[in-house]
Amino acid sequence: MESINQIQDAIIEEFSFFGDWLEKYEYIIELGKDLPLIDEQYKTEDYLVRGCQSKVWLHANLEDGKVVFKADSDAVITKGIIALLIRVLSGHSPQEILDADLYFLDKIGLKEHLSPTRANGLVSMLKQMKLYALAFQKQLTGKNE
Amino acid sequence: MSGNLATTGVFDVEAVRKDFPILQREMNGQPLCFLDTAASSQKPLPVLQAMDNYYRQHHANVHRGVYQLSQEATDMFEAARKAVQRFIGAREEHEVIFTRGTTESINLVASSFGSAFLKPGDEVLITWMEHHSNIVPWQLICERTGATLRVVPISDEGELDMDALGQYLQGPVKILALTHVSNTLGTINPIREIVKMAHQYGIPVLVDGAQAVPHSPVNVSELDVDFYAFSGHKMYGPTGIGILFGKTAWLEKMPPYHGGGEMISRVTFEKTTYNELPFKFEAGTPDIAGSVGLHAAIEYLQGIGLNNIAEHENELLKYGTELLREIPGLRLIGNASNKAGLLSFVVEGTHPYDIGTLLDKMGIAVRTGHHCTEPIMDRFGIPGTVRASFGMYTTKAELDRLAAGIKRAVKLLL
Repeated sequence: MESINQIQDAIIEEFSFFGDWLEKYEYIIELGKDLPLIDEQYKTEDYLVRGCQSKVWLHANLEDGKVVFKADSDAVITKGIIALLIRVLSGHSPQEILDADLYFLDKIGLKEHLSPTRANGLVSMLKQMKLYALAFQKQLTGKNE
Repeated sequence: MSGNLATTGVFDVEAVRKDFPILQREMNGQPLCFLDTAASSQKPLPVLQAMDNYYRQHHANVHRGVYQLSQEATDMFEAARKAVQRFIGAREEHEVIFTRGTTESINLVASSFGSAFLKPGDEVLITWMEHHSNIVPWQLICERTGATLRVVPISDEGELDMDALGQYLQGPVKILALTHVSNTLGTINPIREIVKMAHQYGIPVLVDGAQAVPHSPVNVSELDVDFYAFSGHKMYGPTGIGILFGKTAWLEKMPPYHGGGEMISRVTFEKTTYNELPFKFEAGTPDIAGSVGLHAAIEYLQGIGLNNIAEHENELLKYGTELLREIPGLRLIGNASNKAGLLSFVVEGTHPYDIGTLLDKMGIAVRTGHHCTEPIMDRFGIPGTVRASFGMYTTKAELDRLAAGIKRAVKLLL
């Protein structure tokens, strides 16, 4: 399994081939359209991360010590960026997720989507992902004791 | 410069645009197409120059100093008040109170009027098309006083239900607060008629004029409103300054809102007596530079002529409405027969956020979301809208770009 940074670097390289914003967003929109990211059962208020504009649903499981994230959004660009975030963070240990420095969004020119003023729910989603990781981390260390 | 417009009486949008330096900017490699004037307008050179000149040459605190410079600043501040008074047709200078903006103006009335006149069993009447800043202050004061908030419904076209309003007014209503122009739907409410209806029952009316003042002439005496609130930054002036107009009779009966310097007559630890109007409501050092900028904005608006602006924006509205109606799947939200210069819409199968994001990449600045009017979104069962709003500097070519941009975005998204 690749590390979080290896995946980030791979995404940065993929995005370097795009000539302009149009190709970049076409790709993100495709990612958003293609991925059925979350089971309908989790698309409820309980799993809703409230943004001001677009809604984001997030669910996490701990499987064999790794956190598996599933998420979705009602806006397709938000959904595409979620697909990237999940590709980077899902399948890693809680500690790796807690330590992760997400530099790839800046490098591929999508940092604006993580600005709190965008109010698209992504900032809250990232925070929620780290909170899940923290909770799972406590579960794991609790078991070891 | 635009000065020639007033003399020739001919409105030339290209000449106007030259007065707004920011319109020369590029966004994402394209000339900026700014269609978010309803959120905040851009500023013309005379406003920028007036504020710069104030700080360079005339700044000192107002109403206090015995020295020349303080007197100059005071004169400029009070000249701005006088300019506002004339601009909105208020009878008295002291009926013009400087605030930080529409939101603060409404909070002032809700808090001060509310604490003096509201008690359990009383009703405060608002409408379904209010901005959050004309909802929440009333909710807060209703909670504090035990009064009840009631909401007049709107039609599918986005017009106020006048029959319902007539019925609601027969209740134990102590004040009616409503918007002049809806920031989300563009609906222009018939304020004169509504005020007449309310006054039959002795009910005072507060009007949120934030979206009205920059777009057509407003005369508070002719409208006979009791309170009228608006912001400098939406009328080509600076941010941080706004106005509350209030009729003397009401303002005198209301207790102060904030305490501090400027608003007092005499202070001892036992008892403080308050200053006369308007200073009773202007605690602390005011936004002097903001008032100077606002004064310049008023002169600029008068130079161009509000009738010219209204005519220009109406033409844009007609043109833009036709363009957008041609786009398959596009649904306009707000189709009032009397409507101001903005177009709110959704496109079937797309999210407003996605459309707004892609338009931004094409250099087109629009607003997306609920526009601080969540009850309207719930009313129409939508998550939000894309809103394009116009100002005096908006061109038909920009609306062409908008329409083409929407088509391109939809093609990418669907």
